[in-house]
Amino acid sequence: MEVTDNWYLVLGALLFIIGGVGLLLRRNPLVMLMCVELMLNGINLSFVAFSRQLNDIAGQTVVFFVLVVAAAEVVVGLGLVVAILRRQPGATADDLNVLKG
Amino acid sequence: MVDTIVFLVAAAICLSGAIGVIVAKNPVHSALMLVMTLFGIAVLFVAQEAHFLAAVQVIVYAGAIVVLFLFVIMLLGVDVASDIELGGFKGQREAAAGFAVVALAVLGWVIANADPAPAVAQSRSGALDEATPDVNQLAHSLFSDYVYAFELTSVLLVVAVIGAVVLARRQAPLDEEVDA
Repeated sequence: MEVTDNWYLVLGALLFIIGGVGLLLRRNPLVMLMCVELMLNGINLSFVAFSRQLNDIAGQTVVFFVLVVAAAEVVVGLGLVVAILRRQPGATADDLNVLKG
Repeated sequence: MVDTIVFLVAAAICLSGAIGVIVAKNPVHSALMLVMTLFGIAVLFVAQEAHFLAAVQVIVYAGAIVVLFLFVIMLLGVDVASDIELGGFKGQREAAAGFAVVALAVLGWVIANADPAPAVAQSRSGALDEATPDVNQLAHSLFSDYVYAFELTSVLLVVAVIGAVVLARRQAPLDEEVDA
């Protein structure tokens, strides 16, 4: 049985779906950020698979940028989580309703 | 044969880690499961001959991002009880189940209709060259075609660092200002 690029694409899609389900299901903001990381990793896997399938290095370059953006996203996201949980310990995503009209 | 075994083992590691992230009750366990998934992905990058990205994956994700997660978990002391079984808004679990069903259905449809032998396009600008190490190719691509995007990422990182410092700082003066 030969491993084709499609196997990688399917695995990437499955990781994306698991991450998305977790993002919708979990209430803890930290775990929600981890689920976003899962989704980004699924996409990265697809990009590398396409890079090889289409014989183009640009796919790997995009993965590099996704890594940078993921790092920036996590830094700001965790900063927000720290600020929120310091003010309201034990808050979940449902408790963040102070902007509600 | 070796390729198949490597793929199957790494894929099993990735998927079990990913499921572990969303079912673990303790956020620390979620973070450790995330490390497992990230290492599996790094193995798959090596299998696809993206060696540089595999190294960056381990260094940036497993080495920095997950450590940041664990740091925040420990700092805030939220490594207790979890909330996977708690409600959330009305119909939330149905929404998650609906998303899963629709996404899996689309994936199944795509697999069923996949072209078994797709016509492979050849890139003219950045064709992969077996003889050149992938670091060299990536560097060439990054500093020629994508140099402006690369410069912009440095701006993005500076903004992120400033944002994190501003958000995570203890900001008594700002609170008073808002209250007044």
